[in-house]
Amino acid sequence: MTVIQNIASHLSVKKAGIAGAGGLGSNVAAALVRSGLGHIVIADYDVVTEANLNRQFFFADQTGQRKVDALRENLLRINNLADVEAHACKVTPRNAGSLFGSCDVVIEAFDLAKEKKWFAEWMIAHFPFKPLIMGSGIAGYGSLETLRMQRSGNLYICGDQKETEQKLVPLLAPRVIMVAMMQADLALELLLKDKPLPEP
Amino acid sequence: MTITLNNRKETFSPQEMSITRIMEEKSFHFKMLIVKLNGTLIPRESWPLTVVRNGDHLDIIHLVSGG
Repeated sequence: MTVIQNIASHLSVKKAGIAGAGGLGSNVAAALVRSGLGHIVIADYDVVTEANLNRQFFFADQTGQRKVDALRENLLRINNLADVEAHACKVTPRNAGSLFGSCDVVIEAFDLAKEKKWFAEWMIAHFPFKPLIMGSGIAGYGSLETLRMQRSGNLYICGDQKETEQKLVPLLAPRVIMVAMMQADLALELLLKDKPLPEP
Repeated sequence: MTITLNNRKETFSPQEMSITRIMEEKSFHFKMLIVKLNGTLIPRESWPLTVVRNGDHLDIIHLVSGG
């Protein structure tokens, strides 16, 4: 077995939860499925629009579809054996436990700061030992050196944490996807913690 | 006092300070913040009354829209 097959086989029994299937969530899901993650739970209430196509992992012929359905279809095109649990609903304090309680790691991929805040607080209160990987500050382009990861216990925050005016500083594919990849890479690190790579 | 603020050592001249005062001094004036002191989440209403002492670990996380 090659190292990459070994990693994929280890990931095949793991489960990640993704709260939100927009620019962060859709791209994180793709990277995790490509890496061999076996089980994925995705929740989002929104539909794909043309404006999403500049950064989200959807295609022009999918506009109008529910994001979780379109994403499931795309993920299964990468690996038709992946177990993709798609929930077309808004994540709330009432359903968050049943959606993500059985996940090994949870990725926060909401759009609004107030949603990020309640979810982080809820996770800290209800699942303090479950890693929560958040995205905060992903707009614009350039200033690569400002992208960072901050750890606080089991809470991990990827992005520049900088407030911007959305009309002036739009969300663009490279930076959004870069932060999504930071989240995905961190998820791999946490999921493979008990399976370290051999020393070079 | 010397504390660990966002995983970095920071020294302040007073022996103890409220979370609100540290935020003023460090210019954290954003709306959506998550604050953890020694791993415990501190709600906004407790920031003025929560005292930070030498050796404490304080995390102030800024949540920004976009996702």
